[in-house]
Amino acid sequence: MLVEFALYHAWLVPLLPALAFGVIVFLTRPWPKLSAIVAVGSMAVACFFATLAAYGVFTNHEFVEKPLVYATRWFSLGLPGMPEVQIDVGVQLDPTSAMMLFMVSFIATFIFLYSIGYMEGDPGFSVFFSYLSLFGASMLLLVISSNLLQMFVAWGLVGLCSYLLIGFYSHKISAREAAKKAFVTCRVADFGLLLGLLALQIVFGTLNLTELSEKIAHFEEYTTFGMLTLIAVLVFIGPIGKSGQFPLHVWLPDAMEGPTPVSALIHAATMVVAGVYLVGRTLFLFHEVPSAMQLVAVTGGFTALFAATIAITQREIKRILAYSTVSQLGYMMLALGVGSLTASMFHLWTHAFFKALMFLGAGSVLHALHHKADVWEMGGLYKKMPITTWTFVIGGLAIAGIPPFAGFWSKDEILVATLSEGHYVLFAVGAFTAFLTAFYMWRMIFLAFFGEEKPENHPHESPWTMTVPLVVLAVGALGAGWVGTPWHNVWAEWIFFGHPHHGPVNYGAMLLSIVLAAAGIYLAYMLYLKDAKKKRARRLAEWFGPVYRMLYNKYYIDELYLWFNHALVDGTARLMYLFDIYVVDGIVNGIGGFAKLSGDGLRVFQSGRLQNYALIFFLGVLAVAVLMAFTGPSAASLVLGGVK
Amino acid sequence: MLAISLTHYVVLSALLFSIGLFGVLTKRNAVAVLICIELMLNAVNINLVAFSKYVTPTDFIGQIFSIFVITVAAAEVGVGLAIIIAIYRNRLSVNLDDFDWLKW
Repeated sequence: MLVEFALYHAWLVPLLPALAFGVIVFLTRPWPKLSAIVAVGSMAVACFFATLAAYGVFTNHEFVEKPLVYATRWFSLGLPGMPEVQIDVGVQLDPTSAMMLFMVSFIATFIFLYSIGYMEGDPGFSVFFSYLSLFGASMLLLVISSNLLQMFVAWGLVGLCSYLLIGFYSHKISAREAAKKAFVTCRVADFGLLLGLLALQIVFGTLNLTELSEKIAHFEEYTTFGMLTLIAVLVFIGPIGKSGQFPLHVWLPDAMEGPTPVSALIHAATMVVAGVYLVGRTLFLFHEVPSAMQLVAVTGGFTALFAATIAITQREIKRILAYSTVSQLGYMMLALGVGSLTASMFHLWTHAFFKALMFLGAGSVLHALHHKADVWEMGGLYKKMPITTWTFVIGGLAIAGIPPFAGFWSKDEILVATLSEGHYVLFAVGAFTAFLTAFYMWRMIFLAFFGEEKPENHPHESPWTMTVPLVVLAVGALGAGWVGTPWHNVWAEWIFFGHPHHGPVNYGAMLLSIVLAAAGIYLAYMLYLKDAKKKRARRLAEWFGPVYRMLYNKYYIDELYLWFNHALVDGTARLMYLFDIYVVDGIVNGIGGFAKLSGDGLRVFQSGRLQNYALIFFLGVLAVAVLMAFTGPSAASLVLGGVK
Repeated sequence: MLAISLTHYVVLSALLFSIGLFGVLTKRNAVAVLICIELMLNAVNINLVAFSKYVTPTDFIGQIFSIFVITVAAAEVGVGLAIIIAIYRNRLSVNLDDFDWLKW
């Protein structure tokens, strides 16, 4: 009964946090505690409904083939001579969106709770919770969208929330700059997405996901293959920006300027996977275009490796995690590119738990060390912060891919999918990235939590509002992957594209990924824990000096963009400025000058003497009369301005 | 004895109009200018009546028209003199050359 209600009123899930946003902004802003209760409470109720809806979907196998869709007309546009455009808003519940609905609301609830402890005493406490609620509402709206335009609106809203929250510490210049960078980068990408959506609407006449998937299955009736390829590539530009894929990944590491709960919620667990989710939702489009699939896979694989290599050399704890997020998002894209919605969504699901956990752990550390972010200045935190340390270790094991933690199963699923589709190079890239992931994650853990204590640090364990979410997410990071083990893959029976995939258990790939993960952790152990003085690590950095510097400076991508901006954008702007000053302004000033000059000339006649006017009047009449006398009435009427 | 034809009337009217125009353009005194305007209007009246008599003798359009002109001219002179008196109270002058305060 209640499940039925939740299934058919799933729009309540985004509506509740949206209401909380309104209530906080207009009513409870002066009372921080009350605002926090409103935000956490509404999110918890939303999570309750989302859980019920997810339960309803995952107990009824019909929804796999036939999603539950209900929609209402948003607006329709009719122009003469054109087919009417009708746009719906609605809810589409199938296993994929139900999973996301549950995951987003669940993680958001605990991150909201964590924020109470983390943001305590901040002057913008209430505002922070209002932004968080708005974000929760937009993200949940994005997840349940049945229509691509509706999704695009939510997509823009989460971008706005991301901007507001990155720049939350607006007294810091770096935070403001990071917020602008994130917003502008994402807008660039959104432009591509918007073009893609417009093309879809024009070609297929609808943006409803279910109708689109039916029409695109036989797209030959509507358009050419070339057009479909163009649409797929344009649509993919959006996810490149939102999900931090190369070359638009630059904003994501900088986004760590925001408060840590924001990094955990938006820039690790939920918003950045919106791009992956969008590609997953429109996989029917990409599926028709092998070259677009190839593009997705290669972009994903390259991003995974690229970001992992940068993460090795970074020093700030959140920056390492940010590059790790970029890398894991690359994995998800890779899985989509080889056609496995199952593996991609599975990794999205497990990643949300362990990455949110690690960000919250990092936040706990920063809270204890008064925002000292450099891992080299930490060390030995496990004595004073046991809960944070051990939950973080669980997260580290999960992301490194050690069984039975969650990350192992999903990463294994991606690697197996890549291998079984015959992408051997991408498989090698993925496997090597897995090794790098284990290495840089455990480098960070060994440096920050183990080893010698630094006497200048006075860490302390965080309050319960912060540790409870850590423990809950740690349980998720441990167990979230058990739904998709290769022996009994429940996940693949529910979330798939086309047909459920049941391959034989690939023990070789499994063994390989365990060995690589263990090797990465062992290497990190040798370099950063056993060697207390870190002499070997320093020597390695010196040997590979240029490589190290290149990685530390993130392949100079930011500098490249800066140069591009200065040389090309600013150069063109300067040219345009000169054009404006001399040509456009010249024309405008010329018109004004002409009027002024002719006015100066004509005012001589304006003597103010009555009799002068009368004389001119008389001469004018005389001229007309003479003209009429010599040329006839038609020419004269021309002179008089066409008066007959 | 030469009969008086339309031409005579037209010539008379042209002369009267020209004299009036000359006065309007050259007189400095505002009252004199008003008188000259009356001359011009009467030239027009002569034209109207003459053409009416010689061209359409059965209708009285020209005559009626000239009565209208006389009426309007009377009103116009009334207003004009009132303005001149008002200006005179301000400026103590009826010289048109002093009335150039409307120029730019």
